[in-house]
Amino acid sequence: MGLQKSSNMKTSKFKEYWQNPRHKQAIIVATAFLTLPLIVYTVFVILPVFQAAYFSLYKWNGLGHLTNFKGVENFVKILTDPIFGMAIKNNFKIVVLSLLFQIPLSLIIALTIARRFKGAVFFRTIFFLPYILSEVIAGTIWSFIYNPQIGIQNTVLSDWIPWLANFQFLGSQDTVFASIFVVLIWKYFGLHMVILIAGLQGIPVELEEAAFIDGVNKWKLNWYIILPLLRPTIMLSLFFSMVGSFQTFDIVWAMGRGDPANGAETMVTYMYKFGFQRFQLGYGSAVAIIIFLITISVSVLYQKLTAEKEL
Amino acid sequence: MVKKILLILSVLAIVTVMIGCGPKEKKDVTVTFWHLDTQDDFKAAWQAQVDEFMALNPHVKIEITVLENEAFKQKVATMMQSGNPPDLFRSWGGGVMNQYAEAGLLRDVTKELKKGGFSDTIGAGPLGVYSYKGKVYGIPYNMGAVGIWYNKKMFADNGLSEFKTWNELIEGCKKLKAAGITPIALGEQDKWPGHFWFGYLAVRIAGGEAIQKAYAREGKFTDAPFVEAFVKLKELVDLGAFQKGFLGATYNDQASLTANRKAAMELMGQWAPSVQEQQTKDKKGLGSDLGFMAFPAVEGGAGDITDVFGGGDGFAFGVNAPDEAIDFMKFLMSKEQYKKLYDSPISFIPTVKGTSEWVQDPNMKAVADATSKAGFYQLYFDQAFPPAVGGAILDAVQGICAGTKTPEEAAGIIQKAWDEEK
Repeated sequence: MGLQKSSNMKTSKFKEYWQNPRHKQAIIVATAFLTLPLIVYTVFVILPVFQAAYFSLYKWNGLGHLTNFKGVENFVKILTDPIFGMAIKNNFKIVVLSLLFQIPLSLIIALTIARRFKGAVFFRTIFFLPYILSEVIAGTIWSFIYNPQIGIQNTVLSDWIPWLANFQFLGSQDTVFASIFVVLIWKYFGLHMVILIAGLQGIPVELEEAAFIDGVNKWKLNWYIILPLLRPTIMLSLFFSMVGSFQTFDIVWAMGRGDPANGAETMVTYMYKFGFQRFQLGYGSAVAIIIFLITISVSVLYQKLTAEKEL
Repeated sequence: MVKKILLILSVLAIVTVMIGCGPKEKKDVTVTFWHLDTQDDFKAAWQAQVDEFMALNPHVKIEITVLENEAFKQKVATMMQSGNPPDLFRSWGGGVMNQYAEAGLLRDVTKELKKGGFSDTIGAGPLGVYSYKGKVYGIPYNMGAVGIWYNKKMFADNGLSEFKTWNELIEGCKKLKAAGITPIALGEQDKWPGHFWFGYLAVRIAGGEAIQKAYAREGKFTDAPFVEAFVKLKELVDLGAFQKGFLGATYNDQASLTANRKAAMELMGQWAPSVQEQQTKDKKGLGSDLGFMAFPAVEGGAGDITDVFGGGDGFAFGVNAPDEAIDFMKFLMSKEQYKKLYDSPISFIPTVKGTSEWVQDPNMKAVADATSKAGFYQLYFDQAFPPAVGGAILDAVQGICAGTKTPEEAAGIIQKAWDEEK
């Protein structure tokens, strides 16, 4: 009953609003502008999600019609596959390690170069440069760097650090993840740095001045005043980092396709390998659905955990 | 009035007749042609063939798409899944092609090739690789054998000669290692180069009969000889016969190491010399120091040293391919044009009958002889099987190379994938 009433109220309110000719025009214009994006969004985002959910119940090689119904068999197979287990673990490792290393690193650099001093722009550009590179090119460049025959590691570094001489980088299941993670940090810390600098520049200088007059030192200023004020920006950065971590694909693919022996497999490389490359589109769709669910739940959880405090 | 109408009608009639009699304009046709030879010299050779054909047939436009090997495989798979295959595209025949044919995505060209006796000009064996259930879907221009390409000078310097048996190979590797030379180059990141080692060991140890039985589901890939093939591969890995970091190396790295005298040998197909040449500064590769030998026999194995593991290259026809795509292939495979292709930097073992005297290079002659005299011919495993099984075989081999799988587990992965394909 209560629901009925409130919806009735809404309709009457809408009617009132609608009767004003100026509002009428605004609504028509808004509808005209929003229809097309809505159609595009439905056709290219919403529908494919449902389509994938449908495919995921079949064994299908992507050619011809879906005939081989398998129910949840694909899901059972994926969740019991140790390789997918490794992929999930790697994804969560990327999330956690990014939070531990990437964001603090970006924050320290941002705090250092956000203020205007000679050369600040130069450093900002330098640190932001890796982000401009395409993922595949960055991956290829680093593959050269890590190359055991012609790479810098073999030609220069191992003379100084003998321990490195036997380090395999991309050539061993044990080291491939760490080697690629270094590239991920190098590639994306610039983005977070820029986001944080933007946040820092939104903090009024007067606050800093007032704090200094009150005799606060730099350390305390950063810890008690700047960081709390920067909180929303940091949260945004963390969110980008997390969502990006779940989608990690290009760099890993360019640097050995998640191998050797699945050492750097991520959920998305797993999907691509076992779904597309092996012509198992039903199986691949099931993987996609699982990734979708994991990402959605983590995002919602994150919003829930952070939303209250932002007020 | 009537006169006027009659006049107009007669004029119209004459005009119509005149138009009707005029030279028939051929309708413009576009043929999409996909290959994967990204090296400049190779690209130019294909372009030259296409240009010549288009000059003779002005109504045909051939659009070339060139993609690097791995990207090519992925893009073709995507195009197939969208139901819109290219008209003419590079294919290795076998299980992948069969799957496309099964789904009705390829054009059956059996009749068109029979016309004028064209199909008889091509070797029956090679053409068989591009046929499925008695229908022809593609044309091979190259069919050869995988074998060991080695550095003759390095071998001579270390007192080694061609390996006749597996034990000789193992001893040879030890000797080379002791001399500070990387015995074998391998680009295992790409997975398929390593699968040649397993493939040949399976051909030598299990033999053709056991392989065909396992394929027919009368035997299993978990049977002793296949496990033994993995044991032998593991022996080679544990010995450290491959270069440092080979799991992270690509096939190009492999070719580069061999060509630049940083490794003594590589196991590769008939294209190895031309790729090696591209990997050296002077574009000459190892020159006369390059030798070819058959994969050694394995003591106690069921297979013969003349059995061949290999494959070739050809082009398959997409289901919407116009007749002009077939005309182009016939043009390409005509002796005159085919010779031009043969004389280009693209090196291959010809599939057109009566061309064996073209092969002058002693190494290529050895490959051609091995191919034509093979007692049993096994197409590359990753092509002979459907993609899901091919992928499992590649993963099993990499698991052995990385030491993360035991020979029994590796064999089990293959059998499991093959069971699921039923």
